Amino acid sequence: MDATEIGLWGVPLAVLGGAIRVSTPFIFVSLGEAITERSGRINLGLEGTLVFGAMTAYAVAVMTGSPWLGLLAAAAAGLCFGLFHGWICKFRGVNDIAIGIALMLFGSGLAFFFGKPFIRPSAPDLPAIPFGGWSDIPQVQAALNVNVLFLIGAALAVFLWWAFRNTRAGLILRVVGDSSDAARAMGLNPNTVRLIATGIGGALAGIGGAYLSLYYPGSWTEGISSGQGLMAVALVIFARWNPLGCFAAALLFGGAGALGPALQSVGVTQGYYLFYAAPYILTLVIMIATSSPSRSLAGAPGELSITK
Amino acid sequence: MADTVSSASVPVMLGARGYPTALEWIARRAEAFVIPVAALIVGMALFSLFIALVGKSPVQLYETMWRGGFGSWFSIQNSLSRAAPLLLAALCVALPARLGLVVIGGEGAIVLGGVAAAAMGVATSGAPAFFVILAMGVAGLAAGGIWIGAVGALRHYRAVNETISSLLMAYIAIALMNHLVEGPLRDPASLNKPSTEPLAEAYRIGNIPGMDVHWGLVVGVIACILSWLLIEKTSWGFAARIAGGNVRAAQVQGLAVGPLIVGFTALAGGFAGLAGMLEVAAVQGSANASLAAGYGYTGILVAFLARHNPLAIIPVAFLLGGIDASGGLIQRRMDLPDATVLVLQGMLFVVILFSETFYGRFKAFNPDLWQRGDLLKRPDLLKGTA
Repeated sequence: MDATEIGLWGVPLAVLGGAIRVSTPFIFVSLGEAITERSGRINLGLEGTLVFGAMTAYAVAVMTGSPWLGLLAAAAAGLCFGLFHGWICKFRGVNDIAIGIALMLFGSGLAFFFGKPFIRPSAPDLPAIPFGGWSDIPQVQAALNVNVLFLIGAALAVFLWWAFRNTRAGLILRVVGDSSDAARAMGLNPNTVRLIATGIGGALAGIGGAYLSLYYPGSWTEGISSGQGLMAVALVIFARWNPLGCFAAALLFGGAGALGPALQSVGVTQGYYLFYAAPYILTLVIMIATSSPSRSLAGAPGELSITK
Repeated sequence: MADTVSSASVPVMLGARGYPTALEWIARRAEAFVIPVAALIVGMALFSLFIALVGKSPVQLYETMWRGGFGSWFSIQNSLSRAAPLLLAALCVALPARLGLVVIGGEGAIVLGGVAAAAMGVATSGAPAFFVILAMGVAGLAAGGIWIGAVGALRHYRAVNETISSLLMAYIAIALMNHLVEGPLRDPASLNKPSTEPLAEAYRIGNIPGMDVHWGLVVGVIACILSWLLIEKTSWGFAARIAGGNVRAAQVQGLAVGPLIVGFTALAGGFAGLAGMLEVAAVQGSANASLAAGYGYTGILVAFLARHNPLAIIPVAFLLGGIDASGGLIQRRMDLPDATVLVLQGMLFVVILFSETFYGRFKAFNPDLWQRGDLLKRPDLLKGTA
């Protein structure tokens, strides 16, 4: 058999490669959101942060020629968005979910506003490491061409999983998320902890956005994110606020997202748009399957409005 | 409020605190008007700052916006045309909000309502125009109603968060529309822009006599008035407001919260579906990707600006319709990106939500505090006085 013509085997291979490629922004956004939600707030605005991060990273990379500076700028921009959300939500009567929706629209609007001149030029990509060098099959090589951010994301998931349990910062975060009153009794200021947690969450979402524009799909367009930021929020609930669960769920979602293009590449074009909807349907099905009206979710932070 | 200003015998009725009751009445109502208007002004001032920072003239911007949205009969008609779908899209947010639900997926109901209406229009083609348009309206209502009603049902019976599920459903709806419009329902004659078969001219919804605005505006205004009556004047609306305040209390009272939530969300989605039907029957003439024009998202902003009051939605929709309508002119005259309007909308949204924190903080709006202003420093004592 000719090595380059692997026929239908290309589908699972492309899904695997796609899972690695598509999942990276999910990993960063969901880890960021996990930190935020563990502190007792939900930030739906990460969708807007993701888009703004993608634009910032691309613009800075075009202007400076360095994708890493772009990445840094995206993280800084995300930090600003997160800090703003964290700050404004401390006021009485300000709803964190509604502010998230507003920031979703605002972040996208700002990104489109400043991103207009950067739609055409091309920016340098973030580097990838070819793990598929042992194989002669181009599809295998393509699938195992892993971006460094994916590896950083995986390491970060393990680190956060460890840090939530074993560090002082992790303990403070969990106390604040479970009970503001208990935190105050310990002498902690819940608003400060949530401000920091939301800020870090925003910075990670910005990095997720940088990956979108600087690696895959690898250019800045106004349709660069179609709900990844939002799906990541749903994914955190599915993962029960566990960073390792977030990583696994992100891979699953990445695979679902890669299904449509993979089938199209082997000539299956019927119902392309329905396959395109696969990640959304998967998210919805998982949410239905894991929610229950009679009991609260295991592992849910007590102060989280979304699960009350 | 039985004692109001009467005509002859007593010139001014005084309330228990010794102030004219009319004054107290105005003071209590003024809060819901003054705070949003002040927030709008602050939002526009912040936007001026933003425009000045990017090196353009805020004065010229607002002048252009006025000219593009409100300055002439032509632009007013343009704004009103855009307000029509916004009215219905905003109801899709405002009605569930009364039950304490944040539904933001109206775009999906609009899109599916439009596709269902277009398919119905093709299927009933040949029947009398009145019947076809009615059938299209019902199809739009039903499609949108089922879509958002499902969100409500999932919320109540499975505890699935409605904010996230409704937005996911919107993405699914848009994918479904693309599939239907490019596949089973595609008109082979539509080459560049895949669409359903165009409606015959006889089945199109025309303009209001004397105006260049289609009848959808009237439909939207009627829907807002009906929604207001439903919420404020019926026992269902009363039950919904109780359930919105506290679900458990409502259940203890014996209210059927489940059917109430499903009913309200289905009605809300039905209105959004109707907006899609109107886009097809009055504007596009067929269902295509233009249905996902973002009315559902602007509708969220309209509903929040109106604080989920269906009557307040009418002027707010006109205002945002005008801002929307001026986008093109701003782009051409001032060489700003078309997203300028989005930035303004986002800023207004954030400021409006922030303004929520000022309710109940001002002595002037609360006659109970006119003598006991010190109570303001004890928010714990204030609960229930607003």
